[in-house]
Amino acid sequence: MSLKIHVRTTVNGEETEFLCEGRQSLLEALRDILGLTGTKEGCNDGNCGACTINLDGRIVDSCLVLAAEAEGKTILTIEGVASIDGLHPLQQSFLEQAALQCGICTPGFIVAAKALLEQEPDADEHRIRHWLAGNLCRCTGYDKIIRAVLDAGAVVRGAK
Amino acid sequence: MTTTVERPTESQRRFKVIGTRPIRHDGLGKVTGADRYGADVQLPGMLHAKMLRSPHAHARIKKIDTSKAEALPGVKAVVTSRDLPIIDDKPIDLAETLGNPRVLAENALASSKVLYKGHAIAAVAATSPHIAEEAAELIEVEYEVLQPVLDVREAMKKDAPLIHEKLTTHEVQRRFTRGDDTGVISNVASHLQFKQGDVADGFSRADVVVEREFTTVPVHQGYIEPQASTAQWAPDGHLTIWTSSQGSFGIRDQTAAILGIPQSMVKVVPMEIGGGFGGKIGTYLDPVAALLSKKAGLPVKIVMTRKEVFEGTGPTSGSYMRCKIGARRDGTITAAEFYLAYGAGAFPGSPVGAGAMYGLAPYKIDNVLIDAYDVVLNNPKVAAYRAPGTPQAAFAVESTLDELAEKLGIEPMEFRLTNAVREGDRQVNGIPFGSVGCVEVEEAIKNHPHYRTPLNGANRGRGVAMGFWGNGGMQSSATINVNTDGTISLITGSVDIGGTRVAVAMQAAEVLGLAAEDVVPTVGDTNAVGWTGITGGSRTAFSTGIAAITAAEQIKRTMAERAALKWETQPEDIEFEDGVFVSKMNREDRLTFKEIAASMMATGGPITASASSNPRQVGVSFAATLVDVEVDRETGKVQILRATAFQDVGMAVHPSYVEGQMQGGTVQGIGWALNEEYFFTDDGTMANSSFLDYRMPTSLDLPAIDTEIIEVPNPGHPFGVRGVGEVSIVAPMAAVANAIHDAVGIRMTSLPMSPGEVLKALDEQQRAGK
Repeated sequence: MSLKIHVRTTVNGEETEFLCEGRQSLLEALRDILGLTGTKEGCNDGNCGACTINLDGRIVDSCLVLAAEAEGKTILTIEGVASIDGLHPLQQSFLEQAALQCGICTPGFIVAAKALLEQEPDADEHRIRHWLAGNLCRCTGYDKIIRAVLDAGAVVRGAK
Repeated sequence: MTTTVERPTESQRRFKVIGTRPIRHDGLGKVTGADRYGADVQLPGMLHAKMLRSPHAHARIKKIDTSKAEALPGVKAVVTSRDLPIIDDKPIDLAETLGNPRVLAENALASSKVLYKGHAIAAVAATSPHIAEEAAELIEVEYEVLQPVLDVREAMKKDAPLIHEKLTTHEVQRRFTRGDDTGVISNVASHLQFKQGDVADGFSRADVVVEREFTTVPVHQGYIEPQASTAQWAPDGHLTIWTSSQGSFGIRDQTAAILGIPQSMVKVVPMEIGGGFGGKIGTYLDPVAALLSKKAGLPVKIVMTRKEVFEGTGPTSGSYMRCKIGARRDGTITAAEFYLAYGAGAFPGSPVGAGAMYGLAPYKIDNVLIDAYDVVLNNPKVAAYRAPGTPQAAFAVESTLDELAEKLGIEPMEFRLTNAVREGDRQVNGIPFGSVGCVEVEEAIKNHPHYRTPLNGANRGRGVAMGFWGNGGMQSSATINVNTDGTISLITGSVDIGGTRVAVAMQAAEVLGLAAEDVVPTVGDTNAVGWTGITGGSRTAFSTGIAAITAAEQIKRTMAERAALKWETQPEDIEFEDGVFVSKMNREDRLTFKEIAASMMATGGPITASASSNPRQVGVSFAATLVDVEVDRETGKVQILRATAFQDVGMAVHPSYVEGQMQGGTVQGIGWALNEEYFFTDDGTMANSSFLDYRMPTSLDLPAIDTEIIEVPNPGHPFGVRGVGEVSIVAPMAAVANAIHDAVGIRMTSLPMSPGEVLKALDEQQRAGK
């Protein structure tokens, strides 16, 4: 059995330390070591986007990142999207537009869409469809998700 | 929470809550990541387990040696089929499929033979998933490899290798029955026939007859959450299972039967479920996790990998079909003959009966002959998938019909309307339809802006197809507890896969004059609520809705009794309007729901009610897909330009979630039409067992999916509700095929209509000089 690795990182604004094995993915560390189970595993090979997190400002599939690689990095997971003041416009919009059915893909979609709206709050339908093509949803057919992101974009840029 | 009120139709004016779009009660936990799904269970001391699965599609197991795995540090238990009790064949009702515990046990852990690549053989529980995985690889299995049978027509041949040495063909008279044993040993598990009128006479009166062959291959439900189960078998014999399934009672009953223990010793706690579409009705992991827990004395969690989900859980059937339809010049269909052979995978039980019953359902045809065969293959055992068995049949029927309309020179929608079924027309089993919305759906298509807007451009085409699904009824239970502040809690046994908490709560709220937000819906475990069937068969908003309505009516009666006590009158003399109880004797005597709730401890104690449903009159559903495509002649790629889903929903309880079902089913159908397939190599290995290679539709592959809700009320539900979950997947494949024909003149008769297949058909067309 290998010696565990000590990792120091910032998760959802909190300085966080954990011990992991060299073979553990960041997804495993978040879920099994830190108990942040809002980030979901759908495929464990980077094809579904259910484990999307924001790592130093970029969205990544956390199943494709080793836990040890998080050393010194800043992580945002779905648990850090809402604040004490309330839900993020995307979360509110997903609820109002019924943009989720089973909800297993929802955390990944919201984390991915949040990164888009921070750069391009006026992203149009095609841009959103392109940006979210790495996140699979099997329930909705994407229609209501796209509408929810368009709607949240309007809120983020103050048009609604 | 906010409520958006929107009143689409005149008939809905009588409702206050039904037809509105409140935010779902469980939404917050899903947009914040707080909700816990199957794999999110963490228990003190919990072990992690992994399965060993067969590398061969067909082989005899000669020997299993688990000693090296057991010796690995960190390993706490290893199980194989030897740890399972010997049980009898005794089918249990799983709603859309019959479950045989012996088969389920054999599928969960193979004993003497492996029947598909990925068939589970053993499981290991260890202190980490990585150790469990290492240990599983240390299990040594000696195989005698046999020739696999992968194709339905090959499997039906007389000299085909036998998958089950003792399987005999049954002649089935009625769906969901075992039928008469013919004693003939083959890979054909059953033959089912429907016959009405005289087909030879019918075809002799036809001016044009079209007969075509169709093939489809297995496709997977594709839920994003892999199967997961956590079990804790306590020393006193009580077994608790935390799992994300489509029905906690189904998992409890299957697990108890497989393990040979009383149902009272098993408690199933429903976790949130990340999609199912029929694939999470049967048990795979629960009895295995239980056995490991018993051996290790600790809780055990098993989570499948995506590869295991593809290789080890239910796809739906691939098929071979032959469809022959004849009609007169005036557009009247005179006869139809339909042959269907569906692959069941490793054990009998394909949904071919539904395909046989429902493929021709939208049409009134007096002379019909349908032969349906259930055939075992060395594929994973098929599981239900959204309107199981019907999309394949509709692909054949609706494509044949489109060609027939073309040959007759009749506009396809006119042709369909000429032959559309109405109330009282007989189904292929001779039983007349009740209230149906077939004509209404077809009229809605003709009047829709999508249909009325011409489609311009080269290589572009438009297609339409109808779909039918019988919907499920089954039993559900609900309990309502009134709180002293006038809110209520609603406990049901129906797991919520896509908004049924809110849809059922809205029905209780409607009865009690409450807002949807005044109801707190909870999904109870199997010890907390009455027996409830699966969330499947499009039955939850319908049947669990009826249970909730019935419980709410009881609450209303109890409240009227409390008011009658106070006013010294009879409960019959009290009316309930707009949330207020009013005495007919003295209209000044008025008490609101909240006031009676506030005083309930003084007027007789807590007000609670439990009710169960057992509906007899299930509302069936018609639907249609209208689609525009563009075919790239260079690459063979088909792009969906526009799609509209039409569906008779009876009464839309929460229109947003009804639209969501219509859109989701349509897109699964588009995936089935264009991309998705189990691609097997000759040795029976699925060569594309990842999401990347299986290629379900992404957001970029699709346009907006428009919806047209049609409401022909179901007389079997107090508010007219029909099931809405499944029928939307039935029509898309044929609609896309018909659109491709309209665009470039080729008839695609095999699924998927992937770029390579489309190119091949275009090449043939060019060679034929058409």
